[in-house]
Amino acid sequence: MNRLDGKLGLLSALPLALVLLLSFLAPLVVVALFSIMPPKVFSLANMPDFSAYSLFFSQGYYKSLLWSLGMALSATAILVVICWPLAYAMAKVFGRFSLILTVAVVMSLFVSENIRLFGWVLTLMKGGLIEGHLRAWTGMGFESPLYSVPIIVFGLVYVYLPFMLFPLAQGISMVPDDTRQAAYDLGASRWQVLWQIEVPLAAPGIVVGSLLTFVLAAGALAESKILGGQAVIAIADDVETAFTFGQNWPLGSALSMILIVIIGGLALFGVSKVDLDAIMGRKR
Amino acid sequence: MDSSGLLRLRGVVKRFGTFTALKGIDLDIAEGEFFTIVGPSGSGKSTMIRLLVGMDEVSEGEIWLRDKRIDQTPANLRPTCMVFQSLALFPHMTVGQNIEFPMKIRKEAPAKRRARAEELLDLLRLPQSYYDKRISQCSGGERQRVALARALAFDPEILFFDEPLSALDYRLRKTLEKELKDLHARTGKTFVYITHSLEEAMVMSDRIAIMKDGQFEQIAVADQIYSAPVSRFVAEFMGEVNLFPLHAGADGKIASPTLSVRPGVELADLTPGHEGLLMVRPEYLRLADGGGFDFTLSGVVHGEYALGSRIQYEIETENGMVTVEKLREDRLSAAEGQTVTLGFNAANTHFIGDAA
Repeated sequence: MNRLDGKLGLLSALPLALVLLLSFLAPLVVVALFSIMPPKVFSLANMPDFSAYSLFFSQGYYKSLLWSLGMALSATAILVVICWPLAYAMAKVFGRFSLILTVAVVMSLFVSENIRLFGWVLTLMKGGLIEGHLRAWTGMGFESPLYSVPIIVFGLVYVYLPFMLFPLAQGISMVPDDTRQAAYDLGASRWQVLWQIEVPLAAPGIVVGSLLTFVLAAGALAESKILGGQAVIAIADDVETAFTFGQNWPLGSALSMILIVIIGGLALFGVSKVDLDAIMGRKR
Repeated sequence: MDSSGLLRLRGVVKRFGTFTALKGIDLDIAEGEFFTIVGPSGSGKSTMIRLLVGMDEVSEGEIWLRDKRIDQTPANLRPTCMVFQSLALFPHMTVGQNIEFPMKIRKEAPAKRRARAEELLDLLRLPQSYYDKRISQCSGGERQRVALARALAFDPEILFFDEPLSALDYRLRKTLEKELKDLHARTGKTFVYITHSLEEAMVMSDRIAIMKDGQFEQIAVADQIYSAPVSRFVAEFMGEVNLFPLHAGADGKIASPTLSVRPGVELADLTPGHEGLLMVRPEYLRLADGGGFDFTLSGVVHGEYALGSRIQYEIETENGMVTVEKLREDRLSAAEGQTVTLGFNAANTHFIGDAA
């Protein structure tokens, strides 16, 4: 009976498994193969020469990668710090108000990222919502913060906030109240409770939130394009350019592969360190 | 302020909105005492311990520890600590790290911490190999001991316990009750224990306080609470009990609507013109075949229940169900449905006055 069930299960899972395999793996394989082709070819029927990878160093694409990773790292670090109090309040203090907050944060995702970023441009540009009003009322203006690295990081923080907030709130809700009280009762200060009890026990949430935001931010290009005005080039921007204007598929593929390997390695490392079952609500 | 006790409460009131959880508590707990607060849920005992530990603030009144007033001191600065009902062990730390936590907070040297942790493992009869074990690898009883060791590592002036045994099975609970009493004797610390279980309180405590509706009904040693409760509530809370209405006429003659009273019987606490309840515990009731008892009543044997070493009988009388308990070897020679006459003597009773 059980064996029959097992067989039927495998059989009925087969079609979907095949679709997943084709739709997820096939493009990756194609990209991987293109990355080792000679420059500017549009067919895989060429002699592999790995020349696209050498361009990564010789033409300075590594700088874009470093900028992307650096800005993603800053955005992630800032998000952990600013989301912690909010997530804490959602998990422990707000009660039913948390739901309203959740809905509000999720609603912002209904509007396209590009439109929201252009909204910030209109708000922050010279003669825009803030500077324009200030100049009209007081006669004093200021230089627009747009088109710089800090404003790109701000954009990343703004766009990826929900991806940090919710895992963090989940992580914090996993810290039992009485362990916090017990530590306090045993003489720990608020900071000691935070560092020795809450952060380690909320670690799965911190890791998941950080991975999500870092991975998304490292592959982001809208923020650097729209808010940053290409003050610096993100690696994803280079990939797009290589595939479109550059008409150099092997170069775009090689840059993608480098990004995929770095991010994938990081994600696997992070996931191996946390108990995903715990955060998904299953018993350890 | 008199300084008779280690911990002194004066007029402590705790309100939650319009609800008054504690209604003016005065209490003195002596150094080295095992003091237990017993009460049903909602009696205010948990509120009480939260105030004592510092997790809640008093609305009115004072709490003194030795010569220091501590009611405004936050929990982490009070020299007391608590063993939680859930134990609240830190799951991300090993047994050793849990025990050393309070010492680490005090920034003691690692070697010193380690030595003390090993001492405490010995004291709590845990093998030294447990130092590196994870909490999840420990059984319920072992976790209990780790929690105790951690609390003792804090070296508190007073150790509070919030029903730490209530989640354990019966046999383990019995073992740990005795261990706790033994630990109290060996450490000489002051223990303040909260429970809803009378049995637990009786086994371990020097003194017991019975709590009801945010006030103490009675504070006394276990024996006295059992044999001389001050009120119906205490009498019924402390195990099986039979209560009979009783009054004394102006001439001092005692009478009861449900009991036959032998002429000339006197009760010390029953003064002429007053009434109250006569309490007799089930083990003092006898079959009154021959007579010679101060009080008698008759009834029909309704049921017989085995309680291990004892047998309990329910006997239907004019006074309602009367409970009788006998040792197994003294089993009553009466079958179910049979009419019997029960008797008991004034010396084995306790009179609860009309106020209660």
